[in-house]
Amino acid sequence: MSAPAATPLLTTPLNALHLELGARMVPFAGYSMPVQYPAGLMAEHLHTRAQAGLFDVSHMGQLRLVGPDAAAAFETLMPVDVIDLPVGKQRYGLLLNDAGGIIDDLMFFRVAQDELFVIVNGACKAGDIAHIQQHIGKRCQVLPLPEQGLLALQGPQAAAALARLLPGVEQLVFMSGGHFDWNGCTLFITRSGYTGEDGFEISVPGAHTEALARALLAQPEVKPIGLGARNSLRLEAGLCLYGNDIDSSTTPPEAALNWAIQKVRRTGGARAGGFPGADKVLAQIDQPALLQRKRVGLVALERVPVREHTALHSLDGQPVGEVTSGLLGPSVDKPIALGYLPPALAAVGTRVNALVRGKPVPMEVAATPFLPPRYHRG
Amino acid sequence: MSIKYSKDHEWVNAADASAAVVGITVHAQDALGDVVFVDLPEVGKTYAQGDVAGVVESVKAAADVYMPVTGEVVEVNEALRADPSLANSDPLGAGWFFKVKLANPAELDALMDETAYGSFAASA
Repeated sequence: MSAPAATPLLTTPLNALHLELGARMVPFAGYSMPVQYPAGLMAEHLHTRAQAGLFDVSHMGQLRLVGPDAAAAFETLMPVDVIDLPVGKQRYGLLLNDAGGIIDDLMFFRVAQDELFVIVNGACKAGDIAHIQQHIGKRCQVLPLPEQGLLALQGPQAAAALARLLPGVEQLVFMSGGHFDWNGCTLFITRSGYTGEDGFEISVPGAHTEALARALLAQPEVKPIGLGARNSLRLEAGLCLYGNDIDSSTTPPEAALNWAIQKVRRTGGARAGGFPGADKVLAQIDQPALLQRKRVGLVALERVPVREHTALHSLDGQPVGEVTSGLLGPSVDKPIALGYLPPALAAVGTRVNALVRGKPVPMEVAATPFLPPRYHRG
Repeated sequence: MSIKYSKDHEWVNAADASAAVVGITVHAQDALGDVVFVDLPEVGKTYAQGDVAGVVESVKAAADVYMPVTGEVVEVNEALRADPSLANSDPLGAGWFFKVKLANPAELDALMDETAYGSFAASA
């Protein structure tokens, strides 16, 4: 028997640099990506929390929506306030299907009154772009940017390191951004990320991505960080991973993402509803009793990692839910997880058992994030 | 006494056939990354060759530990349970997993020597 021919993997503009740095490469979202460098996941995670880590996230989808109607049009796809987002500010968004399920989660930025910059998940980008094109392609220009690289610089020393290359960048605050000139190219930078730390995401032309990465890695605080540590950092920060913790079968209220739905789009708001699945999503917000399950944070009370797809049982032995992400958090130094439970078991402090290799491991519902975030709010 | 290796990336040192020492290989711990948890077998229990006798987990992955030889577990490494990183820092020494009383020492003959395992791991 021969294995089926694998689809050739795409590479990011940093592929040669990853190999030079000794990264272990794995397939991820159709790309060959560094899961870890020789320092290893644990050291990379702790370095990001202590100093600054550089992540290649060029596999993610970047696109511009341009036209006087762009914000109003994009708002029809998400339960989120797009129209009132000020120029220069970034916000978290959710593309929904007609059943209120999450097609993808994303970040969008108001470049100008008539322009949005959107970053979507790598594994979802082809579908997202088709979805956006199909639904609002007649109301604004949908312009994918496949040639752009994307770097994230995260950690308490990220601002000091980046400001050495780009004086003034330290003046950005969390969820704001702007354009910066560097070595003859234009960078688009936001102060945001996926680690719970202060940090930046930098959209850079593909041809300049490696030079920028090398300039950042030359800073004494900065080390390269792989996807493994990216996952453990985001989980400690209580952030969802699309495909694990949220997917097209979960609605925002089930996923405990009501914070992303501004009042103006809720029942009684000036622009209530008007997004796919609005009836279901707004009903779930207005009557939480309708929810069958809710996303929660969990901490194991024994030092046993509890991984995705592990069954959760009530203390009287009934299957009640499932873990969707879980690992031993290197900074919190205990096993943490996200998962789904019935609302009656979702209150912080509630005990359940995770069934790990047939043995019950006690877990307690916990508040997220598991670590206090250190965003720079100015 | 030489060390023998299984295709599941365990090593066995059977210098003492009544307490052959078993652990995971340098290659295995490198592939797993930082080990954060081990589940060890029950002392006194007998396992057949190929049975799952334990679990080793890093932050990113979990892997079963298979019994490379048939026998009764006579001791487990409590120091490893307390500090799983020993599996990374000293996989062939202080990071051993458990000791087995061999039921069938001839099973050792079918395991790989260091040279054979080296080429096996390199091609894996």
